[in-house]
Amino acid sequence: MLIKKPSDVLSSDITPEKVYLKRRQFMAGSLLSAGVMAAPFSVGAEQQILPALRYKKVTEDSSTGYYTNEMLAPYDDIKQYNNFYEFGMNKDDPARYSEAMSIDPWSITIEGAVEKPGTFALEDILSKIDLEERIYRLRCVEAWSMVIPWVGFPLADLIKQFQPLSNAKYVQFVTLNRPSEMRGLRSRTSIIDWPYVEGLRIDEAMNPLTFLATGLYGRQLPKQNGAPIRLVVPWKYGFKSIKSIVKIRFLEKQPATSWNTLQSSEYGFYANVNPEVEHPRWSQKSERRLPSTFFSPNRMLTEPFNGYGEQVASLYSGMDLRKFY
Amino acid sequence: MMYAKPLIFTACLIPLAALLYQAVTGNLGADAGKALVLQTGEWSFRFLLLSLAVTPLRQLTKKSVILRYRRMLGLYTWFYASLHLMAVLTYLLGWSWAIFVEEFSERPYMALGIIAWTLMVPLVLTSNQWAQRKLGRRWKTLHQLVYATGVLACAHFIWLVRSDYGEALIYSSILLILLSLRLIKKYRSVVARRPTRAL
Repeated sequence: MLIKKPSDVLSSDITPEKVYLKRRQFMAGSLLSAGVMAAPFSVGAEQQILPALRYKKVTEDSSTGYYTNEMLAPYDDIKQYNNFYEFGMNKDDPARYSEAMSIDPWSITIEGAVEKPGTFALEDILSKIDLEERIYRLRCVEAWSMVIPWVGFPLADLIKQFQPLSNAKYVQFVTLNRPSEMRGLRSRTSIIDWPYVEGLRIDEAMNPLTFLATGLYGRQLPKQNGAPIRLVVPWKYGFKSIKSIVKIRFLEKQPATSWNTLQSSEYGFYANVNPEVEHPRWSQKSERRLPSTFFSPNRMLTEPFNGYGEQVASLYSGMDLRKFY
Repeated sequence: MMYAKPLIFTACLIPLAALLYQAVTGNLGADAGKALVLQTGEWSFRFLLLSLAVTPLRQLTKKSVILRYRRMLGLYTWFYASLHLMAVLTYLLGWSWAIFVEEFSERPYMALGIIAWTLMVPLVLTSNQWAQRKLGRRWKTLHQLVYATGVLACAHFIWLVRSDYGEALIYSSILLILLSLRLIKKYRSVVARRPTRAL
């Protein structure tokens, strides 16, 4: 991992004291209820503080889509509420069990229609790249959303390093598949065909909004959030933003993607956030902006392309988005 | 044994107390509303299984004292199911009639859940001794509706599975065992009652 001196990030920028104190309260609460609840929310091992990253702070200008002034989800919520089925089905499973995943050393294999295929150490890839901050909305297909301050770099910067050939029309991503360290992969009742795979059209991949994150709240990415490197595609449902990437393939044909293979009527290849196209089992018209509490559910209407239409709608001009959902 | 009933009554309220405590103190995680929906639903299903376990347990242990808690467990099933419904209406549907109608008509699992809840209403209303006496033999027939509730609630649960059937499998297996115990008993009594003709 690229860990530079945290010269331009103050620790006070990272975890507000209120959030930090809440964690203590959180643990006490889960201890109290541990006896009666089947699956009490609790943190696993006490999380160590992750190394700070050096990065360029985002310019507070929402016209690019790189920034929003909406309220950030607290760091602890982002770390405690995850879908990362490789570690279990419950939202708190990844926080509890992802510690078992070793992420150092980490390498990424580049395959397919590309000038420079091979397996590359992540630190070598990152050494040629400058990190920056992006504040994005993340809209999950399950109808919840969060505003998250990522640290990373545009996927396009990485793609350019390997020089895709002209017949590279699609990019496929593959998540780590290591059952010994990922207990969800050992589940006998899961019907996902591991490893988790996702994909983008090459023009989607090259869009400046498409981001590879290596950090969160100014610090190295927590494992449950997809360390050491994950995709973030803010105008698509969260499942497109694949975590803990080990392989990137450049392909001529549209690649298989996990949720689409599992249930194509519910999860499309494009998976653009679209309030007009219902998920067969629930409505996509609105979302719960997290944190949502007992007293305020914090429901809001969902925007087409998750509010990034100005930046990305042109990618789909002429396409029937009801058909290509 | 005189304290047994109030003790069990109080114990059945512990899940609610724990949930409320966590909800009010902000310890239900980032999506508290969704957590309330899921947990109240699961507790309702657990109470349903407990209620259905009473009769087989009595037959197994030959202790009829267990039967005294069946009504309470049944009422708690409906109580937690009602909390579940309220949580769905509040946190997922935002008390919007238009959204409710859309969800009910377009999402079968939602319809199944509401039907399962509705089927319990007559059982709750006739759970008192007066109704029991008044209805006589028909009371038992009426209360067999709970089997339908069980099957519907189970389908409601399985329908919501996204990619891992583990938990749903455990709950539905328990329900399957409890219901088949009744079928076996019914079959045996039919066989036993069949007139045997002397040759």
